[in-house]
Amino acid sequence: MSWLDFFRSTRKPEPASASAAKERLQIVLAHERIGRTREDFLPRLQQELVAVVARYVAIDPGKVAINLDRGGDMSTLAIEIELPGPKGAPAPQQAAAAGR
Amino acid sequence: MAQVIVVTSGKGGVGKTTTSAAIATGLAQRGKKTVVIDFDVGLRNLDLIMGVERRVVFDIVNVIQGEARLNQALIRDKRTENLSILPASQTRDKDALTKEGVAEIIEELGKDFDYILCDSPAGIEKGALLALYFADEAIIVTNPEVSSVRDSDRILGVLQSKSRRAEEKRDKVKEHLLVTRYDANRVERGEMLKLEDVREILAIPLLGVVPESESVLKASNTGTPVIMDAESVAGQAYKDAVGRFLGEELPHRFLEPEKKPGIFKRLFGGRAA
Ligand SMILES: Nc1ncnc2c1ncn2[C@@H]1O[C@H](COP(=O)(O)OP(=O)(O)OP(=O)(O)O)[C@@H](O)[C@H]1O
Ligand SMILES: [Mg+2]
Repeated sequence: MSWLDFFRSTRKPEPASASAAKERLQIVLAHERIGRTREDFLPRLQQELVAVVARYVAIDPGKVAINLDRGGDMSTLAIEIELPGPKGAPAPQQAAAAGR
Repeated sequence: MAQVIVVTSGKGGVGKTTTSAAIATGLAQRGKKTVVIDFDVGLRNLDLIMGVERRVVFDIVNVIQGEARLNQALIRDKRTENLSILPASQTRDKDALTKEGVAEIIEELGKDFDYILCDSPAGIEKGALLALYFADEAIIVTNPEVSSVRDSDRILGVLQSKSRRAEEKRDKVKEHLLVTRYDANRVERGEMLKLEDVREILAIPLLGVVPESESVLKASNTGTPVIMDAESVAGQAYKDAVGRFLGEELPHRFLEPEKKPGIFKRLFGGRAA
């Protein structure tokens, strides 16, 4: 490093990283605080819906497909339950429930 | 009935144990009968910071499991009147702590002491949850740094939902913000979050600001709570914080960079203390 570099390196302008820290914190905490005050009911809703169906027909737990999509403004819950085939019961049907 | 105060942060290594030792000592110096409990089971350290490590015989787990009486496990501080320490276990794990066991200990201590300080372990798992469960007041130790501020926010949420006061729907735990390791020089250069930023984001009452200070390491080397070092800025900041905790109105200090000594002082003057 030459003596010129020495002067250059000390003069490099530093971005004020503290303001970036503040901005990032405000955004992430705004999201995290929402999750704290509103209880997340979707997992329970899903369990209860499946339990209700199971009261009417014997369902194979392996044949239950659950899709949860958490969005910013809206979330969707799609539950697909395969009911027993023609040998065991009435014709196959599919029940789907959606909740937000 | 004693006041139960938890010293907590979520994030590790921000200064909880340093603060617990300092505030407990400060309250005792002010004539309050104070006991400080180390909840960091498996990683006992408060004994070292308080300088009583050679006097530990029994610990909180021994008491909970009925292997020792509370009186046998409590260590009376020899330098500071009115101050006792209940050490954590070094050999067991956090599961050795039970809510019922801790409840009994706090209840019994409550008969003899004015303040019960709980030095929380880092994290939001069992040990930290037990440390804050019985709290009436909480000192949230925060460094001016993104992950520490975020974790403090998280632990505030936990206090509002998982403490006994929250469960019993009583008045909420009283919150105090203690910003530690504050480096006014770095703040001035825009490298570190300003006090005002941290206050704005966390939005809880400010108990104090403890500057980054070499005296903290020195104090831990000798097992002397830093508040006993009346010369040091950290010691003075903790003393102010104790005063405010007891209701005094004191201006916040050490928020501006120290005046740089002139060139002559730097070249020819001795090192400042
Ligand atoms: N104001 C300060 N100035 C300089 N160093 C400090 C200050 N406060 C704390 N420290 C240092 O930071 C380190 C961590 O402090 P301490 O053990 O009190 O943190 P902690 O929150 O209890 O950690 P843990 O989460 O592991 O229990 C120690 O080395 C201590 O000396
Ligand atoms: Mg600690």
